[in-house]
Amino acid sequence: MAYLELQELRRAFGPVVALDGINVSMERGEFLSLLGPSGCGKTTALRLVAGFDRPDGGSILIDGKDLTRVSPSRRDMGMVFQAYSLFPNMTAEQNVEFGLRIRKNRRAARRKRVGELLELVGLGHAGKRYPHQLSGGMQQRVALARALAIEPRVLLLDEPLSALDAKVRVQLREEIRRIQTQLGITTLYVTHDQEEALSVSDHVAVMWSGRIEQIGTPSEMYSAPATPFVAEFIGTMNRLEAVVLDGESGEVEHAGTRLTVDAARGRSRGERVLVLVRPELLELEPSTNGVGGDNNLTGEVSTHTFLGSVTRLKILGREAELIADLPTARVDSLPVGLPVVAHVPVTGTRLLSLSEGPASDGLDPGDR
Amino acid sequence: MRRRWIAPSAVVWLLVAAAFFLIPLIALLLFSLKSIQTGKCCSGAAYSYVIDDPQFLDTIRLSFQLSLETIAISLLLFVPTVYWVHLKLPRFRPVLGFIALVPFVVPPIVLVVGLLDLYKGAPEWFYAKPYGFLAAAYVILAFPYMFFALDAGFRSIDVHTLTEASQSLGASWLTTLVRVILPNIRVAALGGSFLTLAIVMGEFTMASLSAFRTFPTYIQLVNESQPYAAAALSLLSFLIVWVAMLALLFVGRGRPRPAQLAATR
Amino acid sequence: MHQPYLDQYWLTIKISLITAGAGCVLGLAIAYAVIREGTPRFLRTILTTFSGVAANFAGIPLAFAFIATLGTIGIVTTFMRDHLGFDPYAHGFNLFTQTGVELTYMYFQIPLMILVIAPAIDGLRQEWREAASNLGASSWQFWRHVGIPVLLPSILGAFILLFGNSFSAYATAYGLAGNGVFLIPITIGFYYSGNVLSDPHLAQALAFGMFVVLAVMMLLYIPLQRRSARWMR
Repeated sequence: MAYLELQELRRAFGPVVALDGINVSMERGEFLSLLGPSGCGKTTALRLVAGFDRPDGGSILIDGKDLTRVSPSRRDMGMVFQAYSLFPNMTAEQNVEFGLRIRKNRRAARRKRVGELLELVGLGHAGKRYPHQLSGGMQQRVALARALAIEPRVLLLDEPLSALDAKVRVQLREEIRRIQTQLGITTLYVTHDQEEALSVSDHVAVMWSGRIEQIGTPSEMYSAPATPFVAEFIGTMNRLEAVVLDGESGEVEHAGTRLTVDAARGRSRGERVLVLVRPELLELEPSTNGVGGDNNLTGEVSTHTFLGSVTRLKILGREAELIADLPTARVDSLPVGLPVVAHVPVTGTRLLSLSEGPASDGLDPGDR
Repeated sequence: MRRRWIAPSAVVWLLVAAAFFLIPLIALLLFSLKSIQTGKCCSGAAYSYVIDDPQFLDTIRLSFQLSLETIAISLLLFVPTVYWVHLKLPRFRPVLGFIALVPFVVPPIVLVVGLLDLYKGAPEWFYAKPYGFLAAAYVILAFPYMFFALDAGFRSIDVHTLTEASQSLGASWLTTLVRVILPNIRVAALGGSFLTLAIVMGEFTMASLSAFRTFPTYIQLVNESQPYAAAALSLLSFLIVWVAMLALLFVGRGRPRPAQLAATR
Repeated sequence: MHQPYLDQYWLTIKISLITAGAGCVLGLAIAYAVIREGTPRFLRTILTTFSGVAANFAGIPLAFAFIATLGTIGIVTTFMRDHLGFDPYAHGFNLFTQTGVELTYMYFQIPLMILVIAPAIDGLRQEWREAASNLGASSWQFWRHVGIPVLLPSILGAFILLFGNSFSAYATAYGLAGNGVFLIPITIGFYYSGNVLSDPHLAQALAFGMFVVLAVMMLLYIPLQRRSARWMR
């Protein structure tokens, strides 16, 4: 039974359509991220859920009840803003206590709860400090504690980590996830950082131009993107434009080379498609070791990018630039300038249709 | 709450404000249109009296010249000063801010009394024409507004980065000031200038006490003999200055920064 | 210090306190109304430029305008008399008294407040309003717990500025009441350039007294400025 539901939510600002009828359905205790580039509508959607804006169409339901007309102060949701949301005239403790004071809880109960929450976010010692005396990361922790203090039905986070340092970001996102799991609170998270979304969410919804391109688990999004946009946005992908030659054997032609990929089976001849290959699946060999062979693309190594345990190689192919991720140890034998052969695996690749119409592969975006 | 429409309470307050501020101006207008014979509406006699009176133009011209002089001296004095303070002496800023408040809060009366005392030994020409003594006094009077306007302007730009970039490219201090800094605080400087204009065009106390014939003293003179004409004059003075202020919007372009204070009483 | 002068100081202080207080409250309400979300931007520009002019309009022209409005044959007075059957002058109102002066002073006190408090209102982040609402607070609760406390140093600073402004006002009161309302600045001017009783030294002494009052106010202003700067980071 869905706990939080967005149904056909629409919002336009004059001629600009920020949200074009989106549908989302969340279970109780689920962590869902709205992921997408700036302007895709994810923050608009979040603000509609919070009540700071009214949709032009559609509805928002919690536990079956329609919230669309309820004012934000009555929705019982906790929100963490991107920055600057702590009240500057109050200490951390007073900030966290605020929601409880409004609800007229007894002072002793309030103090206790505030103490617990500050401990939970790791700031038990900093309660008496003012926001301007706290670092960005600490401020966001206080903001989180403040939102949780009122025991909200839903927790909403609007790019809470964007304004923080890289290291703090990684640390804090893990903590947010830990706390969320511990408290079992339904959470809607907005971000433009795909790594962030994939690492902490139960489900991810990729948005673009006011629409949801795809909703799925992080691994689904990564290995089985449903549209070219999602494939482009999530992780890195090699995208090979090709034409189907034979739908039975799965043969396609890319840049004058014939490739056989399982994913092309069942396609019609002449169909224009996109073959998607993950960098870690592309095998490289110096091209002197056996010319040709099946499913091979030729090219020359153009750059090495050191990423730690893995090194990313860029290969200049005939039509496109290819990206291959290899264990760093192997990379010395493939220096820049070397002609190489890249082997496209028969299985493990994805295929997307480039013609008009909904995305292929039986996975409809926007529904679950 | 990103409201789409104006809040009802805002409407109420704005209507109240509009009424309070506009009614006296309308009263002035109606008064100025009264004819001397019937004592009722409507006659342009007051306006023609004003416009025909040579003193009208003379005093406006004098006041206007005084404003320009005050503005020029103020900018020349204060722009480099505020720039320097922002760049090299940030700790001095609050002190300067405090000093800036003194002329604002000190009554013109006291100021005149004090200044006349101070300038006792000054040469004849300083006293004779208003350009000397009165301009000096007006620069002091306008200092707070100039300062706060310029201060806000300097705060909104990154003075250090701009200066360092300019100098690393080989510019001298003067070049930096004139070609890099000045254009970036143009709006603030304009704001301060227009407020100075408003101040000088409306300043009565010091001008009358030092017996110079500026526009506001002329208005008072007319007031004593021709009330309807005085009403016309008052209205004209308001409109002239408001138009000058609105000119700021077009000349300055971009968002004007009206973080300035106001003047006379 | 002679009694009549003490009375005048006191009267001037009283008028200044009243106009400063009223100016603060009304100026804040109007400034907020024009700056807040939902109000069209151009209204703010109009109000700001108007305030710039109105705050300096003080003096003879302003006195004139108010005489034309609320004087014995002013348009509002006659309107009330002829159309509402209510004669304010018969009920004790008189433009040429303390109340009249106060009312007239509002014409430049309110715009001054608007100009001074606008940057502070700009500094009230939208996120605070939204966060408060999200946590269950009503509009009034937001103002009480967050809005006013954050604005308070600026408001108090503005109050002091308005006080000084009113205390030093000369031209307007002169134009209104001539020698009818006894304010210190007028008295000083009277003695300094007076036709009958010229006594520059007395003028200077009285001026010094004004200066003392204002200096005290200024000293109160400094810690307030520091406070408000701290929060508006």
